[in-house]
Amino acid sequence: MNQNSITGPHNESWAIEAHGLVKTFGENRAVDGVNLKVGTGTIYGVLGPNGAGKTTTIRMLATLLRPDAGSASIFGHDVVKEPQIVRQLIGVTGQYASVDESLSATENLVIFSRLLGLGRAEARHKAAELLEEFGLTEAAKRPLKHFSGGMRRRLDLAASLIAQPPLIFLDEPTTGLDPRTRNQMWDTIRRLVKSGSTVLLTTQYLEEADQLADRIAVIDHGRVVAEGTVDELKASVGNSSLQLRVQNPQDVEMARRMVEQVLKVQSNILAEAEKITAPMGNVHQVTDLLIALREAGIPLAEMSVQKPTLDEVFLTITGHGVQEDAALTPNESNKVEGQKHEYFN
Amino acid sequence: MNTLIKPGAERRLKNHTSFGQSVRNSLTMAYRGLLKIKRTPEQLFDVTLQPIIFTLMFTYIFGGAISGNVQNYLPVIIPGILVQTVITTSIVTGVQLREDMEKGVFDRFKSLPISRIAPLAGALLADTVRYTIATVLTFVMGYIMGYRPEGGIGYVAIAAVLVIACSWAISWIFAFFGVIARTASSVQGISMIALFPLTFLSNAFVPVNTMPDWLQWFVNMNPISHLVTAVRNLVNAGTMGGDLVFSLIGAAVIVAIFAPITVRAYMRRT
Repeated sequence: MNQNSITGPHNESWAIEAHGLVKTFGENRAVDGVNLKVGTGTIYGVLGPNGAGKTTTIRMLATLLRPDAGSASIFGHDVVKEPQIVRQLIGVTGQYASVDESLSATENLVIFSRLLGLGRAEARHKAAELLEEFGLTEAAKRPLKHFSGGMRRRLDLAASLIAQPPLIFLDEPTTGLDPRTRNQMWDTIRRLVKSGSTVLLTTQYLEEADQLADRIAVIDHGRVVAEGTVDELKASVGNSSLQLRVQNPQDVEMARRMVEQVLKVQSNILAEAEKITAPMGNVHQVTDLLIALREAGIPLAEMSVQKPTLDEVFLTITGHGVQEDAALTPNESNKVEGQKHEYFN
Repeated sequence: MNTLIKPGAERRLKNHTSFGQSVRNSLTMAYRGLLKIKRTPEQLFDVTLQPIIFTLMFTYIFGGAISGNVQNYLPVIIPGILVQTVITTSIVTGVQLREDMEKGVFDRFKSLPISRIAPLAGALLADTVRYTIATVLTFVMGYIMGYRPEGGIGYVAIAAVLVIACSWAISWIFAFFGVIARTASSVQGISMIALFPLTFLSNAFVPVNTMPDWLQWFVNMNPISHLVTAVRNLVNAGTMGGDLVFSLIGAAVIVAIFAPITVRAYMRRT
């Protein structure tokens, strides 16, 4: 490797390297010492609830925000010292479509292409090509005001791909999309990686990270609380999760002890519902547990076995549940709830 | 996506933008501004109505009192009202920039490897269309009321370019307010407070020698007065003098100060 070359990165295998990134807004440490290493050619998922610091982290890595402490480099180029180089290597698709509402899809793409140095004819050609690829050709001339959420997201992603950047940031690419559009987005992301891109995506949904990501970082209160491959992460939560509610509240502690004995795992109590939750490696074990509970004379009010949700990942890893809903306005809270149901129930 | 993407490590990249690229980026951003104006023509209401209403109003209210009659007042008031109208229009630039920056698209502009000044310079450049409309309409209104500039059409055109260029320079001040202000309406507020005294405490509407001494001192200092005088000399006599030079230097100084601090403030915004 040519050590003297200015453009030569120090370590070619890492698309992103971040050490101790910190960003404070007033009293709030939005990002509180995040470390990340993302290998070239992989999909890396950053999983966490609203307000965990996902967007702030992406904004720092994408040179949109200056870190208060720590350092980060993209393909070996420091985001603070060489921002203009970093910008030539990345495409950013924000949580809220970063396209021009008052212009048409074609006009948007042509302007971005021209800004990236394409000639007039080249820009038109590129715009048409991307619109075709993202199934937006019919809507090309319409103003974006009349676009659906999914169309906007697709246009947004198309705009990020003009320069064929080797690293693409996707901030909650499917939040607010219907299941069909979401699947299309997933396919697009997979194709991107096949063509040689590295993708860092944030999501609130374990399933999305599960479907796409090679590695996942779970982030909470501005810190990475768990990191690993999808399988490693899942193993820590169990392949499925058990939820129990007993008829008599005084039986809760007893029932909990039995759950831990039989399943040999740590359980949690969801305070509001007096619900016991526990990760479960093998669904078969539930039979032993139910027999044990009957023998102990503990009647059940409710019992279910589910795939682990983000809540359970959080509960297991951090020891507390997803707390964002309380901080949201009722409107947003409903929206987030609605999507969770769609995804996991 | 059919072609394989070139790996990040193999790309030849540089960490600065050339002057040529800055100009090209700014022109593209100006094109975006023009498209936006084309899409929402109602935002041209103010530059269409203000010159018509103000020119009529001020000429007929002050004409008799200041110059004896309306005809004699026209050579005084048309350059004055021109400068006042066009510079007031430049406030809207700051307000619209503020509104524009709230939108997600500015995030993308920031994440692109383009010149940092381009999104601002482009927006300001596109607004010269607004100044041109206001300028043309003011002269047309004057012509309808019987104003025939002695300097001839060539000097009127030079005066128009001068006013548009100076307003573009001044719009950097309002762009700065636009970048640092919290809301669009506060931009309007701060800008009006700054601009109102500047345009009225000048020689735009009344002869300076009718004012008290202490005020004359300020009015003669006021750069707006120099611009108004420069325009009057051009359109009424076809001469270029010290006021013209002073106006151009003033405009250059404003850009030299406000363009860098506006870009800095813009970069700091999250």
